[in-house]
Amino acid sequence: MAAAASPSSMESAPRIMRLVAECSRSRARAGELRLPHGPVATPVFMPVGTQATMKGITAEQLDALGCRICLGNTYHLGLRPGPELIQKAHGLHGFMNWPHNLLTDSGGFQMVSLVSLSEVTEEGVRFRSPYDGEETLLSPERSVEIQNALGSDIIMQLDDVVSSTVTGPRVEEAMFRSIRWLDRCIAAHRRPDQQNLFAIIQGGLDAHLRATCLEAWLAKWCHVRTRDPRQQTPGHREAEQMTKRDVPGFAIGGLSGGESKNQFWRMVALSTARLPRDKPRYLMGVGYATDLVVCVALGCDMFDCVFPTRTARFGSALVPTGNLQLKKKQYEKDFRPIDPECACPTCQTHSRAFLHALLHSDNTAALHHLTVHNIAYQLQLMSAVRASIVEKRFPDFVRHFMGTMYGDPTLCPTWATEALASVGITLA
Amino acid sequence: MKLSLTKVVNGCRLGKIKNLGKTGDRTMDVPGCLLYTKTGSAPHLTPHTLHNIHKVPAMAQLTLSSLAEHHEVLAEYKEGVGKFIGMPESLLYCSLHDPVSPCPAGYVTNKSVSVWGVGGRVEMTVSKFMAIQQALQPDWFQCLSDGEASCAEATSIKRARKSVDRSLLFLDNCLRLQEESEALQRSTIIGVIEGGDVMEERLRSARETAKRPVGGFLLDGFQGDPMTLETRLHLLSSVTAELPEDKPRLICSVSRPDEVLECIERGVDLFESFFPYQVTERGCALTFSFDYQPNPEETLLQQNGTQEEIKYVHQTKKIKTTGCNQEMTSFEINLKEKKYQGDFEPLVRGCSCYCCQNHTRAYIHHLLVTNELLAGVLLMMHNFEHYFGFFHSIREALKNDRLAQLKELIRRQAS
Repeated sequence: MAAAASPSSMESAPRIMRLVAECSRSRARAGELRLPHGPVATPVFMPVGTQATMKGITAEQLDALGCRICLGNTYHLGLRPGPELIQKAHGLHGFMNWPHNLLTDSGGFQMVSLVSLSEVTEEGVRFRSPYDGEETLLSPERSVEIQNALGSDIIMQLDDVVSSTVTGPRVEEAMFRSIRWLDRCIAAHRRPDQQNLFAIIQGGLDAHLRATCLEAWLAKWCHVRTRDPRQQTPGHREAEQMTKRDVPGFAIGGLSGGESKNQFWRMVALSTARLPRDKPRYLMGVGYATDLVVCVALGCDMFDCVFPTRTARFGSALVPTGNLQLKKKQYEKDFRPIDPECACPTCQTHSRAFLHALLHSDNTAALHHLTVHNIAYQLQLMSAVRASIVEKRFPDFVRHFMGTMYGDPTLCPTWATEALASVGITLA
Repeated sequence: MKLSLTKVVNGCRLGKIKNLGKTGDRTMDVPGCLLYTKTGSAPHLTPHTLHNIHKVPAMAQLTLSSLAEHHEVLAEYKEGVGKFIGMPESLLYCSLHDPVSPCPAGYVTNKSVSVWGVGGRVEMTVSKFMAIQQALQPDWFQCLSDGEASCAEATSIKRARKSVDRSLLFLDNCLRLQEESEALQRSTIIGVIEGGDVMEERLRSARETAKRPVGGFLLDGFQGDPMTLETRLHLLSSVTAELPEDKPRLICSVSRPDEVLECIERGVDLFESFFPYQVTERGCALTFSFDYQPNPEETLLQQNGTQEEIKYVHQTKKIKTTGCNQEMTSFEINLKEKKYQGDFEPLVRGCSCYCCQNHTRAYIHHLLVTNELLAGVLLMMHNFEHYFGFFHSIREALKNDRLAQLKELIRRQAS
């Protein structure tokens, strides 16, 4: 803490992002994150391993696919097995034996999406555990406390999550509350040297609210009430200090819900236009291939989504032209691999026909084959995107990608065409 | 193919089967087991995770019940089931049924046998059966046979006789069709010994089947409840005594460690490895010791961790499992139990498997409680490795004349 004499002190968050290349047309960037468990090339897709496991694949398999950062879920892990046990196991890294980076969310999203009887107040989110019925309060302090125990390399502030389809004063209330909750998270964060706390920009689909939220972060200084023992008078007055608060990265939250794609991309673009250039931008919950490519063009660096791993368990394999529903009869005698260009173990060894047969059995191995492939697909896509940015041919990459996905660049969905055009990439 | 025995002691045969496989250069140890698969894949495992396991048997067991319905696909594929399932390097044995899922009785006729796949019943005449084998091109396959004499409680002599007659007829027809099939010239037919629990019929089946040019023998219908164990073991001894020494003897539906040893002592060479799969499905891990030359303290610690718990394991427990409503044995621990929640030891101390080298009991417990798929993957890796290690120790014990010690060690741990 700063000495009492100076009116303001600089509390600067670490610079964890190094920019390697920037697209001269769009806002796409290639970079490298410096994190406690190793470097991560960006743009990056982070698979979601909700309950300390990447579904049916081992840590070794995930590592072999080139994954260097994945997600764990604070809400789920906070309930089972609980932060105390994970701490005894040397954190989430130790518990699941994952040598690379972990990002945990705050638990806020699950509060709203999973828990039907949750109540949000200024204090936090009050809810009933679905497992033992006990009432719990998830406050900013509690969320950070759990994430400190989990020991993830990137932790998220608890935000007041409101569905993107909600309008009216609730959206504004949530936005301002999220700012207040960030300050409480920062204050409660006991391990700023080992764990990077990201802020989450809210504001729903209201451009004005989003802009306001962004301004609050980017203000030169925030007022933070702190108690400085050296200032204490016999009356125990609090000393108010001006401290510059900073965060190592930003997330764009509150999107990837039920909103229209047209509104979605405009909010992303608005956010990236105002966020600092030298800090990572994490777009939460985005994972469809087209969305990833467009949002990289709009200036996002990090993404997560359950889609690729979830859809794998339903028998769907991701390919450059969309997806293959391998349970369907048309694949019964298709002896080609899922994707002849794919380097993953599934495509190296197995045919669509075999996977089709296996998917119709009760052997779970079928699901694991597809999980491996779908994660490989996402990671290979991000790798290719990054290489094109570094090699200064990102716009061409986008045109080729859209051509493959939609048959013709002009058949690309309108929202994507417009979003790309807004950053200088034309598809025709 | 050639079976070379290095030793026969107290009825137990130790040796190698040589000149196996399409290129004739593969070898298999006996006594040994076959890798259990479901629809051509080890349960829960991809080639990557399967390759993490040490001492995987050279030969895998495929089941016709899971593959028969894919006959057309395999026929069009043309390159054989080994390549189709992504195991081109493995020796393959195709059994009729899946030992884990008993099939309904009453469907065998003089002309056909039925198996049950996901899509329902597949009825096979001799010619259809052989057409399927032609599409599969396995290294070994169980001949079409009538195994129903062993299904019912008490077999009538008439039913036992019919099972032997039918199976011999099927065998003669299959052998004839094999002669005419180019594609099946390098596949070996395994003759099936039937006869229910009727001694006379069992002996007849053994003698008659032994007269045919089969590559080996499958001892069918020797599984059952503990009450009839003595009778069945006696029957088994009598049967193997009738079989030529230079051909391998397989047994189906017997996989528990104690029963495996009993059968080895009665001249059986090869076993199925479905027991570790059943253990996995009930969320359990094999922990029984097969270290017959141990530090005595180490053995007890390896099992469960404390002296008191040794007494505890002698109780059997009923656990609901997926598909196989089997009781838990005393060869295993149940990772769902609350006491493992904070246990940061590996499943078995000193185990070299991927799971024990990388994870803890607490983690497996968490995966089971949260219903995560990885639980099955990790438990399967451990249970297979443990089981294959057990077979390795049987061979070592036989080599070093220590089978009595191993048998005593297993007997002490059986409930």
